Amino acid sequence: MSKPIEVDDASFEQKVLQSKIPVLVDFWAPWCRPCLMAAPVLEELASDYASKITFAKLDVDQNAQVAAKYNIMAIPNLIIFKEGKPVSQIVGYKPKEELKKDLDAVL
Amino acid sequence: MTAKAKKEYDVIIIGGGPAGLSAGIYTSRSRLSSLLIERGVVGGRIADAELVENYPGFAEGISGAELGQLMQQQAAKYGLSFVTAEVTGLELKKDKRVVKTTRGDFTAKAVIIASGSERGKLNIPGEKELTGRGVSYCATCDAPFFKEKPIAVVGGGNAAISEALHLAKFASHVIVIHRRNQLRATRIMEEKARAQSRIEFLWDTVVEKIEGKDAVRRLILRQVKTGKPSTLDVAGVFVSVGLKPSTDFLKGVVPLDKAGYIITNDLMETKIPGIFAAGDIRQHSPRQAITAAGDGATAAVFAEKFINQ
Repeated sequence: MSKPIEVDDASFEQKVLQSKIPVLVDFWAPWCRPCLMAAPVLEELASDYASKITFAKLDVDQNAQVAAKYNIMAIPNLIIFKEGKPVSQIVGYKPKEELKKDLDAVL
Repeated sequence: MTAKAKKEYDVIIIGGGPAGLSAGIYTSRSRLSSLLIERGVVGGRIADAELVENYPGFAEGISGAELGQLMQQQAAKYGLSFVTAEVTGLELKKDKRVVKTTRGDFTAKAVIIASGSERGKLNIPGEKELTGRGVSYCATCDAPFFKEKPIAVVGGGNAAISEALHLAKFASHVIVIHRRNQLRATRIMEEKARAQSRIEFLWDTVVEKIEGKDAVRRLILRQVKTGKPSTLDVAGVFVSVGLKPSTDFLKGVVPLDKAGYIITNDLMETKIPGIFAAGDIRQHSPRQAITAAGDGATAAVFAEKFINQ
């Protein structure tokens, strides 16, 4: 079992940008219902893609710097980072099967 | 809960909004083995509503999300099973109906279709390109990103006005752009919006284009009656126009009207024996949580009769 890790403004550089494997960052906020609903799906996927893709969560309410840097204006918002760069972005709630396609495309 | 789901049921309900959940409460209480299939989030469209004030029994109003959760809990309590999957087709066999999904096939004696409707898009230049960059379809999710900024809401129904009222708590001002000269929203919603000084209205106006490079900057508008073009500088645009029925998977199986809604009689029966429909997906539905819930209960009662006949 591999679970999504929490990242914040301070740890983003090290945990996401310098990661050796791709990192999916879930930009979310407690007021966003679709984000809360997406969370269990992302937990399942974190398990399915363990050791291939790291899953991370960033609360945009608490971490305005990173959210602003990546111009987050809508959530749920998933960005997949590979070698420090955003390579794929998924805005809005998507079911698991569709997310898998996006994840597989990055690998 | 999904991996070991059994495959045969008395009743399969497609869609987890008020219609589907209400149907599930009734079929489960009748001790029919029942499965509800939902592709996304249980709760349905109503779950996007910040405050539901017209559902009887909640005198002070209730958040749409909470209402959805309560319905789900109530249905689960009586034994309704849930699976998360997208329905891709419906097949009719001699004495059973096969529901094809992304998680395999499920069969049932009766099927209640309550897959509702999804949000319409404007289908104009800039909309897709700037989705997530100022174009949004969920005010309760994204309003805080537009603090003290000018925002447009496109639409004139209850959902649009509810979004405008929510956005007015954050934005510098909210401009409601509607293609007619009066709202479709309920009068009490309109009164609330008119009483809110940060909300303005642009009547008889359509959005032709959304402009901006990295973020929404400006809307290109057209006055419907005069044809006169204009521009409006905004930081974001919330789209809340018409809903379209989620019936693509039913084409050729269940008779639909021209707009794609399911035609039923007053027992919620479609033309196909054993296939029922409930909620927003029905032709002429008023698209209210309470009417959807009523449809769901009716469909469940007559589905049970169908199974026992």
